[in-house]
Amino acid sequence: MNIIDDIFLLHSPALIVAIPLLGAFLTPLISKINDKIRNGFVIFIVLFTSAIVFLLANDIYSESGKIHTYVFGGSAALTQGGFAIRILFEVDGLNIFMAIIATILAIAGVIYSWAFMKENTGLDKYYTLYLLMIAGMFGMILTGDMFNFFVFLEITSIASCALIAFWTNKGTAVDAGFKYIVISAIGALFILFAVALLYGQYNALNMAVIASKIQFSFLDKIALVLLISGLAMKAGIVPMHMWLPDAYGRAPSSVTLILIGVTQASLYGALRMIFTVYGGKLTTTINQVGEVNIDLNLLLGIIIVGLALLTIFIGVLMALKENNFKRMIAFAAVAEIGYMILAIGAALTTVFSTTDTTTGIMALKGGVFHILNDALDVGLLFLVAGAIYYATKETSLNRLGGLARNMKYTTIFFLIGLLAVSGMPPMNGFASKLIIYESTYQVNPILSIIAILCSILLLAVFVKVFHSAFLGPKLPKFENVKEVPKSMLFAMGIIACIIIFIGLFPDLVVNNIVQPAVNALTNHSNYIANVIGGI
Amino acid sequence: MIYNVPYIAVVALILIGLYAVIFKRNLIKIVIGITLIECGVNLFLITLAFRQDSIAPIYRGTGSRLMSLPVPHALTLTSIVIGVAVLALMLSLVIHIYRHYGTLDVRKIGREEE
Repeated sequence: MNIIDDIFLLHSPALIVAIPLLGAFLTPLISKINDKIRNGFVIFIVLFTSAIVFLLANDIYSESGKIHTYVFGGSAALTQGGFAIRILFEVDGLNIFMAIIATILAIAGVIYSWAFMKENTGLDKYYTLYLLMIAGMFGMILTGDMFNFFVFLEITSIASCALIAFWTNKGTAVDAGFKYIVISAIGALFILFAVALLYGQYNALNMAVIASKIQFSFLDKIALVLLISGLAMKAGIVPMHMWLPDAYGRAPSSVTLILIGVTQASLYGALRMIFTVYGGKLTTTINQVGEVNIDLNLLLGIIIVGLALLTIFIGVLMALKENNFKRMIAFAAVAEIGYMILAIGAALTTVFSTTDTTTGIMALKGGVFHILNDALDVGLLFLVAGAIYYATKETSLNRLGGLARNMKYTTIFFLIGLLAVSGMPPMNGFASKLIIYESTYQVNPILSIIAILCSILLLAVFVKVFHSAFLGPKLPKFENVKEVPKSMLFAMGIIACIIIFIGLFPDLVVNNIVQPAVNALTNHSNYIANVIGGI
Repeated sequence: MIYNVPYIAVVALILIGLYAVIFKRNLIKIVIGITLIECGVNLFLITLAFRQDSIAPIYRGTGSRLMSLPVPHALTLTSIVIGVAVLALMLSLVIHIYRHYGTLDVRKIGREEE
């Protein structure tokens, strides 16, 4: 027990990134031996990482507001001559919440890959990039350093771009990969430019140190705009969403699952930048119109809510007219991202008001909870779409039909995903969407009306898919279609079980996992004090 | 005024790069555009490090002369390395796209029925 505490827990933030990174570069060597050993090795690496994530999570949740700070370079001084020179990983409730999501996706993705990618060549490279992507995602989530965030963002982008274009025999996949790398390279360069702007003023790269020094000068405003737009590009918010349906739709399904995690990690980055780095300045008055003060949080909130409504609308409407199975789910994923940022925008407008903060806190809770639910729901749907592609080699809905007779487990999983993503009880999507509806109703009733309407449209979309792909008479060309292999069913089963569990016991999850994440967002001074106090 | 020239160059490079990415239809030109943005950002980092009359932070025995900041130099090196990786990846994708479609015109690629 002592050894676990001393070594694994103390160094856990570094190990969570280091183990997949090391495993990634060992994978090609191990593939030389045997395919089975390689598969076992990859799942071992992922499970080992998950064990450390849960160990760290146990430690973080043991007392409220606890932050685990890991300084690279051991016991050396955190600052020298007034400069915060160390790179550090800072893990609070929000970080660990995202890390748990990433863990679930990584485990399911690796298990799913075994059978799904079996027929492909170049699998040693596939698993190397896969682990690299997971390592980059964990790095983005756990880091407490602005430049480090950029580096991990680029690691993730490069690995995921190569994986999106993994089926290079299809021109469309390469095209999707190129779109993705263009968007993510530009987004990452915007972020680097913003980091440079902040560094030029405050001589620091550490998020907490910048947050404590930030003045909200003109350059900081530019940096904020660059950071949000760069991260919004990576998160697929509407004016910058055009890469997302292509990348999600044309990548192998197991890759799409991790891509969802990467998108969420970018969203996490935006949350961290807004609420922590600019947290102290969110209530700054920017402009005065008559008697009313326009504060930064209000302006930012209104802009984000506007983008969110656009995202939800365009996502749902494009999903309605789409005929390709995976692209349709991808547009639904765009709409789901809209729900998260709708809640976050609504929270921004109210959470700092002096009279009533409960609405804002509740909206934030809904938004953060929905990050978890969206990752699971959309992930499950993509796995089902991949299973159908695996069994029939078909993605167009016009040519599918009657699959429920041959693939009964896949049908059940699709039904679970369908109900969850369109926010029907008793699935998890209902729990978080209800919180979002309730809280946005108090901000402005129109927001929640639009949100509910789009949710119903989403249900219509998926009922259509369900009908055309699974129901109906048995088609002669699918006579010999069999149920997909057990490992794929197992991966879908894991996610489906978690969906049902969260749907049945939402209180348990909200109180134990979501609440610490929300507290971490709203209490940014705690995050700063944890580093500054150590100086 | 003379010390503002690098910043003007930074903005010009980034804007030219963005123009190329948004309006050009040739994939190679898009790749060049991204590289230009990257050069602009790197130049910005280097400019941040410079102090008037400073020397490079690698000389040790120069007494009390001012050194330019070493951290942005380190950031720039990292950023250049990452940029090379991204550039190589993009060009390899361009090669694949050219093999599939025989063209680099963005209007003619990735449009076929799936």
